[in-house]
Amino acid sequence: MIRLSLAALLLLALTALALLFPLAPLQGPSEVRDLVLLELRLPRLLLALGYGATLGLTGAALQALFANPLASPDLTGASSGAALGAVIASSLFGVAGPLVMGLSGAAGAALALTLLFALAGRRADSATLLLAGLGISLAAGAATSLALALAPSPFAFYEAFDWLMGSLVDRSLPQAAAALVPAAIAGALLARRAAALDRLALGEEVAASLGDRPQRLRREVVALASLAVGACVAVCGAVGFVGLVAPVLARGMTKGHPGRALLPAALIGALLLTAADLLTRLAPLGRVLPLGVVTAIAGTPLFLWLLLRMRWRLAP
Amino acid sequence: MTPLLEAQVGQPPRLCATRLTLHPGERVAVIGPNGSGKTSLLRALAGIAGVGAVTIAGEALAEASPARRRRLLSYLPAGREVAWPIPVRDVIALGLDRPDPERIAILLDALALERLAERPVDTLSTGERARVLLGRALAPHPLLLLLDEPLSNLDPAWVLRILDLLDRETALGTGLLLALHDLALLPHFERVLLMDGGEVVADDSPARVLASPRFQEVFQIEADGPGWKLSPSGDPRSSR
Repeated sequence: MIRLSLAALLLLALTALALLFPLAPLQGPSEVRDLVLLELRLPRLLLALGYGATLGLTGAALQALFANPLASPDLTGASSGAALGAVIASSLFGVAGPLVMGLSGAAGAALALTLLFALAGRRADSATLLLAGLGISLAAGAATSLALALAPSPFAFYEAFDWLMGSLVDRSLPQAAAALVPAAIAGALLARRAAALDRLALGEEVAASLGDRPQRLRREVVALASLAVGACVAVCGAVGFVGLVAPVLARGMTKGHPGRALLPAALIGALLLTAADLLTRLAPLGRVLPLGVVTAIAGTPLFLWLLLRMRWRLAP
Repeated sequence: MTPLLEAQVGQPPRLCATRLTLHPGERVAVIGPNGSGKTSLLRALAGIAGVGAVTIAGEALAEASPARRRRLLSYLPAGREVAWPIPVRDVIALGLDRPDPERIAILLDALALERLAERPVDTLSTGERARVLLGRALAPHPLLLLLDEPLSNLDPAWVLRILDLLDRETALGTGLLLALHDLALLPHFERVLLMDGGEVVADDSPARVLASPRFQEVFQIEADGPGWKLSPSGDPRSSR
């Protein structure tokens, strides 16, 4: 509880920092200040908070569902499907308008999800779902690379490439809403399944004997997680590691309960992505570091530390 | 006396159509060779596979709400795995609708788990985990206990303690169906279901089931002093 409160406080501090840093543009005339605050930094902050929370929450839900601390939102194929849809729109057809990118990203995620359930079959058990998701991710990743290679112009290539690394920069408030409203609805529905996900720790048979429906729960969680992540990826591009690391940290706060960790994981995800987005602003010469690169660079040591801790804990 | 359990279940080929009635407080052992359908029967009665009609204390299981279901029955599978490092105390509470510290304290005491109460369950030995998971199944005071090999992995003293604990539950009217392999424990039960090939082939008192020719035929063993020896026809390569 103490650690959770500390995390919430830290998130508040980062939120203020994200609005105020760097300070220089805010000291100019009031029109510039309002423009920077409302048009640039507010949507960026909202996306960092919302996307981060989505990654943490969906990561925690999928890890609980698959009883595997290595499951992540990328695993359902939805984010690579969303990325593929957006890249095809921007690099092959040269349309890079935010609405078109968002819509084609959502279409890509929906297609990946449909394919996932078609491949996993009627029973859709955990192993087939995981394998099908992995297969779709790989295929969509390859198709994305192909679409990039066939890009009609270097400009289109860089546009799509930059976006593939994940970025919260230059998104408008309506764009932020397009990502965050579906993500919030799906996230709220996921959070309602927290207790059922906790009971799943006893195995699917026991959960079924307690009146849960594991088969239906699996479909619901995968569909909701894909929807939430797909909407965010369609607007902000792919961001790795947060969905993997936030749930692990969250379970440390909930005594290992996988379902109870959903909301703390959302909090930590928001915290991590807001911090990562602040780090991207530290690059010299006014350049912006790609967000996905920052989360990966910062996430790797954190991940290794968690791995080592897990090994120490289980050491005889 | 109204029966506690009335069931008509079946899931060929693993479980033939089976009709079963159980009275309150009745203790029933389910025995049979590996793969004879013991687990399938317990799963069907727990309503997991949805393969038949199960009525407990006059209530149709399929129509019971999840909360009601937890009062009607508990199912304990033979597996002893818990996927996450959840503390022992919380694992036992997973079977409850609302927190009940008193009930959990009683179970921790009865199962000698107080010392381990805060330990993550995945750091326990198999036998200790078996006790924790049994505690989870007992926690909601269900009317019917469906326990799949709850006594495997336990040392002899704990086998007797658990049987004692189960006796206290059945004395209150709880029905018990328990799958097991240790034939020496059968006298603790009033009734034995002998299973073979997905079918209940004998349903009688322990003494009569053990003495029946069907028993010898199914298990391909015969009495030998205080223990058992393989029947002359008991070569697994020659039959089945």
